[in-house]
Amino acid sequence: MQALYAQLLVGLINGSFYALLSLGLAVIFGMLNIINFAHGALYMMGAFVAYFLLNNDYLSIGYWPALIVAPIVVGIFGMILERTMLQWLTGLDHLYGLLLTFGIALIVQGVFQNYFGSSGLPYAIPDQLKGGMNLGFMFLPVYRGWVVVFSLIVCIATWFLIEKTRLGAYLRAATENPTLVRAFGINVPRMITLTYGLGVGLAALAGVLSAPINQVRPLMGADLIIVVFAVVVIGGMGSIMGSIITGFALGVIEGLTKYFYPEASNTVVFVLMVLVLLVKPTGLTGRAA
Amino acid sequence: MAETAIAEAPALAATGGNILQVRNLEAWYGESHILHGIDFDVNAGEVVTLLGRNGAGKTTTLKSIMGIIGKRTGSVKFNNEDIIRTTSDKIARMGIAFCPEERGIFSSLDVRENLLLPPVVRAGGLPLEQIFDLFPNLKERLNSQGTKLSGGEQQMLAIARILRTGASFLMLDEPTEGLAPVIIQQIGHTIARLKKEGFTILLVEQNFRFASTVADRYYVVEHGKIIDGFANADLAANMDKLHTYLGV
Repeated sequence: MQALYAQLLVGLINGSFYALLSLGLAVIFGMLNIINFAHGALYMMGAFVAYFLLNNDYLSIGYWPALIVAPIVVGIFGMILERTMLQWLTGLDHLYGLLLTFGIALIVQGVFQNYFGSSGLPYAIPDQLKGGMNLGFMFLPVYRGWVVVFSLIVCIATWFLIEKTRLGAYLRAATENPTLVRAFGINVPRMITLTYGLGVGLAALAGVLSAPINQVRPLMGADLIIVVFAVVVIGGMGSIMGSIITGFALGVIEGLTKYFYPEASNTVVFVLMVLVLLVKPTGLTGRAA
Repeated sequence: MAETAIAEAPALAATGGNILQVRNLEAWYGESHILHGIDFDVNAGEVVTLLGRNGAGKTTTLKSIMGIIGKRTGSVKFNNEDIIRTTSDKIARMGIAFCPEERGIFSSLDVRENLLLPPVVRAGGLPLEQIFDLFPNLKERLNSQGTKLSGGEQQMLAIARILRTGASFLMLDEPTEGLAPVIIQQIGHTIARLKKEGFTILLVEQNFRFASTVADRYYVVEHGKIIDGFANADLAANMDKLHTYLGV
């Protein structure tokens, strides 16, 4: 039983990263109509910014400030990408955005590999989150519990922002009909830039959270993003809550598979993706593109 | 519809005089040249109607004024300021509000969110109570999904949401299209009341019987040009011509 709970926990943690990343992808796809293949590279940048903020002699401010600073820094980088490149793709086929962001991902990863190689840089767990708790039925490392809880809070806060606030109403309306929303007096291009920044910031936040667990590597996002895209395909691109739930659920399913049939644990998400595509090509909660 | 008084509409409209001046307006959708030099004026406090057949360029004229047609040339002056190069969000903030033909109700927003969506651009918009007084149906359906409303209710919502913003100049694109006669009448009453309160309204209509109940003046649009214009008082005298223009 211990092993089952341990795998469930691993599943929940992976699910946290899937949820944060697919949420950002869903937000970006909704507003910009762009399939953001650079998402994994931006996640990796988040982890690296956190690494510098911990280990650089001049920048060292530690883990907690990095949770805020890294998403902002990487978010600004994302907004520069949007202003200088992505905005020109408005109205073109999805393929252009996909190719451009894929190219950006390759360049960013290449630059980091050039300076940091391919092996992982260690990132120490902050003191306050070291150690573990004995829950009776299992041992819970505090940091891992923190990642799951904090990710859940961030996901729900993002859902609340988009579904329940006035700003979110602008976003949803602009997703449907940007021209009309602009004609009501709202600066839609600026809102699009900020939305991209928000999605990218979520990816960077996931990167910071993952740094103490998975180490910091230039290709850490490249490995993860493929699975995240499968998650997004299963959940459907259109829905915020859908991408959160699918993210966590698939993490858990992966964990369960690791326990019951470990050989399939790396493929189960893709098998599910194929099944969903056969039955419901727009994804479980998605709208038609 | 209830008959309680509406608050003072924005002071701007009450001053009279020329509020919108369109000169030699040309516009393109991609490669196709739709407007070939539109000229007309709207005075403050008036209801002016653009009449014309399908595809004549009426909607494109409204969209060009609103700044949502990519390529446009000529001059559009609103309160003596040329807005031909201004982006639509800035035009909206100057006090022009647009109610599109397809109504533009957002399906991912409920009725309340749809109603509160357009930001207030200046003081003087109608308070919510008065909007509910004009459109009591909306109050009962605030929590419905926007697109679950009937066609008539959607049209009312589309008009209601721009009355809140403080814009004094309203452009309504075929507000009666596809609606039942009793609803058309209700919208007619609403427009008459808004006019009484000092709003300036530029209306696009195919239904000139409806237009004649609210309009002060008409312009006839054909092939992207204004080919005629007359006051409501001269409608009867122009009826034969109108029948030829509109092919009815």
